[in-house]
Amino acid sequence: MRNAFLETLLEIAEGDTRVWLLCGDLGYSVLEPFRERFPDRFINVGVAEQNMMGIASGLALDGNVVFCYSIANFSTLRCLEQIRNDVCGHDCDVKIVSVGGGVAYGSLGYSHHALEDMALMRALPGMVVAAPGDLMEVRAATRVLAEHSGPCYLRLGKAGEPALHGSVPTVEVGKALPMREGDDVILLSTGGMLENALQAADFLDRSGISTGVVSVPFVKPLDAAYVAAAVQRAKLLCTIEEHGPFGGLGDAVSSCVARMPGARARLLTLNLAEGSTMDMAGGQDWFRMRGGLDASGIAAAVADALGKALARFPDAAQS
Amino acid sequence: MKGTFEDIAAFAARIRRHALHMTHNAQQSHIASCLSMADLLAVLYCRTLRVDPQRPDWKGRDRFVLSKGHGAAILYAALAERGFFPVEWLEHYCADGSPLTDQVNHAGVPGVEVSTGSLGHGLSIGCGVALAGRTAAEPYRCYVLLSDGECDEGSVWEAALFAPHHRLGNLTVIVDYNKLQSFGTVAEVLDLEPFEDKWRAFGWKVAEVDGHNPDLIQAALERTEVDRPLALIAHTVKGKGVSFMENDLLWHYRPPDAGELAAALQEIGDL
Repeated sequence: MRNAFLETLLEIAEGDTRVWLLCGDLGYSVLEPFRERFPDRFINVGVAEQNMMGIASGLALDGNVVFCYSIANFSTLRCLEQIRNDVCGHDCDVKIVSVGGGVAYGSLGYSHHALEDMALMRALPGMVVAAPGDLMEVRAATRVLAEHSGPCYLRLGKAGEPALHGSVPTVEVGKALPMREGDDVILLSTGGMLENALQAADFLDRSGISTGVVSVPFVKPLDAAYVAAAVQRAKLLCTIEEHGPFGGLGDAVSSCVARMPGARARLLTLNLAEGSTMDMAGGQDWFRMRGGLDASGIAAAVADALGKALARFPDAAQS
Repeated sequence: MKGTFEDIAAFAARIRRHALHMTHNAQQSHIASCLSMADLLAVLYCRTLRVDPQRPDWKGRDRFVLSKGHGAAILYAALAERGFFPVEWLEHYCADGSPLTDQVNHAGVPGVEVSTGSLGHGLSIGCGVALAGRTAAEPYRCYVLLSDGECDEGSVWEAALFAPHHRLGNLTVIVDYNKLQSFGTVAEVLDLEPFEDKWRAFGWKVAEVDGHNPDLIQAALERTEVDRPLALIAHTVKGKGVSFMENDLLWHYRPPDAGELAAALQEIGDL
């Protein structure tokens, strides 16, 4: 995802001299092309994220569009107050770009996991929170956020993610992207969980459970109109996110649904349990599986919630 | 408005009087923090800053960031006296719904560049502003006024490393070094000494000055270099100008009552 982001940013910066890229001493083997092509608009500020956000705000106050790049916990938690007061407090065109959302840096341990970032960014005034689902959505979202006036958060995975859309989709801030239709359950996936969500949908369909999938590249603003229609259509909505249980997609959809009148679908929220990645190493796939966010875990949870059995066990279906 | 700014001492006295009235009326803290930087603001707004109150967003203006946001009252007073907005606005300082908050607010207040209040933010913003100006070949300078206690914040030193490394010669830091922070003297709480040496070691051009001597302040602010930022360490007295408020921690917090206000105004005089 990070390379798809950078390639798109290079194209944007070519045509817009207001675009800067700052990094907090991270981005080796990723950001070099920007540094080479636009040396006057690239700064490695050093290992100093608070300063990075202040500098970005100062640059933005003069009319620039400033992308700030780091690993997801550093670019949000370490400098939260600078983002709140300086970036959001002045409605600055600062785009915070996080790599390693969730447990992409799994084996580095909890210090490098980002499981609260979406919650914190959602809570800030005027902040758009984006978590694209595949490489194509990364390209589309990068462009849309560059054009969007005001603070934005772009949550990326790391490397090796697939392209799940056939081409770059048309995205709009606050709009969900339906991927497949289904009426028993609709899976709402944000960020890199989309691949697992689509696989889980295959398993569920084979078990006679009609499964829809929608990618939610914008957790804030949430596509409330889509959610409103989905709760009328399906028996179950299931949110899927590589994030802790508080303040992410699950909470966003829950609070949206809870305020809606009338009969509606039940809601299942899948995420990584509180503190569940602390004190141990593990790869991203392992942490996902352990947290029930692999395709079979998602399918099992959905089938269980609907009181149905899976016809074929997912592992067999994968072959 | 011409002629209003000729007498720096008179300007300083007027903004001190406003700040006393404002903190009394609103029963707000930080009068001593305001008084310690009154002469610095007077020099900046009467002499140094190239600003146009009729065009507060003029692109070529010098930028001033009050990073010690708790000194907002006297900044608002200086802006009002300079003509950015009517002096009558000051009567609504901290009133319900007023944009004139106790800590600096930019929204709806002409002449204020950025909102501050949480310490350690302003210098980083100033670095970005200076960088933007230099990159765009705009001739403005950026001035950032810090408190001494604020220099406890690590983010100040992140920015202090950044500015000389990037040769931000269009950036000036002024430290209101009144030696008294929120809960004790600087020496007791977290000693900054040798303070000038620290800035020098970080790569800044450093000047020291009596922060209550307008001529010396003005001269020191002119000691800029093309490719090195300037740090002006202004030795000041917290509560300066009101004898019973000087060097007394109480006045970081206590708003003057009616009798204290009258006594303080008497000492400041009516220049």
